[in-house]
Amino acid sequence: MSRLIMTRRGLLKAGAASGVALAAPMSFVRGAYAEDFCNMPTGSTVTLGFNVPQSGAYADEGADELRAYQLAVKHLNGEGDGGMLGTFSSKALKGNGILGKKVAYVTGDTQTKSDAARASAKRMIEKDGAIMITGGSSSGVAVAVQGLCQETGVIFMAGLTHSNDTTGKDKKRYGFRHFFNAYQSGLALGPILGEQFGADRRAYHLTADYTWGWTQEESIKNATEGLGWETVNAVRTPLGAGDFSQYLTPVLNSGADVLILNHYGKDMVNSLTQAVQFGMRAKQVNGKNFEIVVPLFSRLMAQGAGENIKGILGTTNWNWSLEDDASKAFVKSFGQEYGFPPSQAAHTCYVQTLLYADACERAGTFSPPQVIAALEGFEFDGMGNGKTLYRAEDHQCMKDVLVVRGNENPTSQFDLLDVVKIVPRDQVTYDPAIFGGDLGPADAKSC
Amino acid sequence: MKQLLSKEPFALLLFSAVILTMPIWLAPLGANYPDLLQKFAIYAIFAMGFNILFGLTGYLSFGHAAFLGVGSYAAVWSFKLFTMNVLPAVLFGTAFAGGVALLIGFVCLRRSGIYFSILTLAFAQMFYNLAYSVMTPITNGETGLQLTLQDPRIIDRALAPAGQGLPSTELFGLSMSGYSGFYFCATMLIICFFISRRIFKSPFGLTLLGIKSNQTRMNYTGFNTRPYTLTAFVISGMFAGLAGSLLAVTDPLAGAERMQWTASGEVVLMTILGGVGTLIGPMLGAWIIKYFENIFSSFNDDALQQVYSFLPEGLRNMAVDLSSLFVGEGWHLTLGVLFMLIVIFLPGGLMEGWRRIVRRFRGGGGGEGESAPAATAQPAE
Repeated sequence: MSRLIMTRRGLLKAGAASGVALAAPMSFVRGAYAEDFCNMPTGSTVTLGFNVPQSGAYADEGADELRAYQLAVKHLNGEGDGGMLGTFSSKALKGNGILGKKVAYVTGDTQTKSDAARASAKRMIEKDGAIMITGGSSSGVAVAVQGLCQETGVIFMAGLTHSNDTTGKDKKRYGFRHFFNAYQSGLALGPILGEQFGADRRAYHLTADYTWGWTQEESIKNATEGLGWETVNAVRTPLGAGDFSQYLTPVLNSGADVLILNHYGKDMVNSLTQAVQFGMRAKQVNGKNFEIVVPLFSRLMAQGAGENIKGILGTTNWNWSLEDDASKAFVKSFGQEYGFPPSQAAHTCYVQTLLYADACERAGTFSPPQVIAALEGFEFDGMGNGKTLYRAEDHQCMKDVLVVRGNENPTSQFDLLDVVKIVPRDQVTYDPAIFGGDLGPADAKSC
Repeated sequence: MKQLLSKEPFALLLFSAVILTMPIWLAPLGANYPDLLQKFAIYAIFAMGFNILFGLTGYLSFGHAAFLGVGSYAAVWSFKLFTMNVLPAVLFGTAFAGGVALLIGFVCLRRSGIYFSILTLAFAQMFYNLAYSVMTPITNGETGLQLTLQDPRIIDRALAPAGQGLPSTELFGLSMSGYSGFYFCATMLIICFFISRRIFKSPFGLTLLGIKSNQTRMNYTGFNTRPYTLTAFVISGMFAGLAGSLLAVTDPLAGAERMQWTASGEVVLMTILGGVGTLIGPMLGAWIIKYFENIFSSFNDDALQQVYSFLPEGLRNMAVDLSSLFVGEGWHLTLGVLFMLIVIFLPGGLMEGWRRIVRRFRGGGGGEGESAPAATAQPAE
């Protein structure tokens, strides 16, 4: 009985203590957050948050993204040769930071996990005062961080994310994507597959089992079935499986003559290598050569797959061997800084940083609603992808898509992709309404 | 002082004061921002709950992250289906995790020692895989379960029409992000501390300690230990579920990676680092690990250059190169080194270090009563 009384008294006292302690920090917290919008830069610097995978399956991409971000910060602050600032069609950026404020940055490790990525982004927003978050090398992470940024009112410039959902059903007013998506891969790759392999083919899909894999499988299926191909089967494989032989064996007996690998990163390197080891590429099925297609390609993956990538078709956002002035300027300054050419992940991250800075300059403020308005419907050129439009309806960039093939005779360890065709923007433009989703409100929030 | 500390109201008051003033005394460490403070409180609950099982009964579970995940999913579903109020979410999360713990515990507790650990690990991995792919309609797979504008939210809809954009979690109108979210978690932590302290000092807790020291002997004295271990397992699962639901309260998203075996391993590390079987040791361990994960991992070369700016150029670069191994993406390394040092030199964790310091200041021998075993020996006499 006496125990019960003790409890109640203890709780009462604890309650009183909580009240006092609650009141104390709140008073100064309120002062710190009295501003027009979240993390309004007040000093002489403006802080950007670079949230990339530094460990896990996409760590290679993450490291390259970080290099590109650091280069972009240098160029924005007027150091180095300026890179694509010289070729960018908008001349608002003067190399004196953003709106006269020097650009500083903070970095974080997403670990390719939604939880860790959000924690890291929150740290940047709450502790370091980042005005913009960018990065992510997985669609799951990008969707998660984009949702967080919408809640806190901080602009998110997506890095490498290829799922339709990022600017489709999960699109957000505060999220922007320069990278192309799986649907556009399908639109670009479809006709080329028809040209190369004919209209009478039987396809077998192996798909990474998460948002990006699903949307890519669907998009490629639609494109190939439009050509008259038949889809024999579509099998989901767990992410990071390592050994794909149990998934590859049934392919040979299924009567399929094209294998489509909806894998990325190390998964793609493993599944492709094993498929080649199974002798698939030397096979004849239905009187035709057996073919393998990897819809999303990157040079870093090609490097991992080595010999096996030769002759394989796929799409990519950008490749360093492009001959336009912007690409050459970027490759040159990246090469001078780090000694090797940039990957497509590096390119899209660099461009996103510049686009954000430019939008702030044109809007004349860091206030997110105005910056968003400056980015929506923005038409630009000189960033390595030809004429590009930041579409207002879904915040997806509309630009050319490259169809590439693994180089048969590489001249260097970086010369791994041959550009088969640059598919013009008109052909990969689609109706933003097909994926649904809602951008949500743009009003500024104080955090 | 010692007498005072063992008095319940005083201990509780002191604990509350320390927890609630965290935003102030963590400021010099650069950890006084809401997200990390919330994590401190939440993972302290998680580790405290784990300690009720591991510290008292000696059963080492390698699958506690499963309960954390179940709690999160249940809480997010409560936000999606019913209301954005956090109380139902917390209740659902805790209750669901308790139910799952009952099922898993019923099966796993038939074995002890390494077999028990392996069984729990297997169950946790099964839950992870279920959440990751098989149960995608419920868990949304790798992308994670998120709120959408189309969610029914029956209770909220009945009270008010839907606003623009996604709603945020709230406690009767008070938004649960930022500092208010921390104070909510901190209140939960204080309640959990109270419960955990009560369990440690209760006859039930002593029974559990008896099971830890020699289960066979307990059985021979005619004591059926199974219900006691199962109860401890369920309580500890409910603590984990509460922690999981609080994760969803402060950030309404649940991902499968929360259930991965690394997450289960993390809580074991936290407990061992802080001190197994002590009341506040696991909490300290949780704080250290979360601090490393969030602060050390964010140091980049630029930040290091500033830290060493007082050194001359050449020396500075050397210092930066050397220390960059241990910060940024190398934070795991620092944590590993720290963990090794503690396990080798302080097998009882940080709490043992604390006791040693106290003993040293008392001039040897005097501080013996400070340790947990002495306190628990009393009723046995």
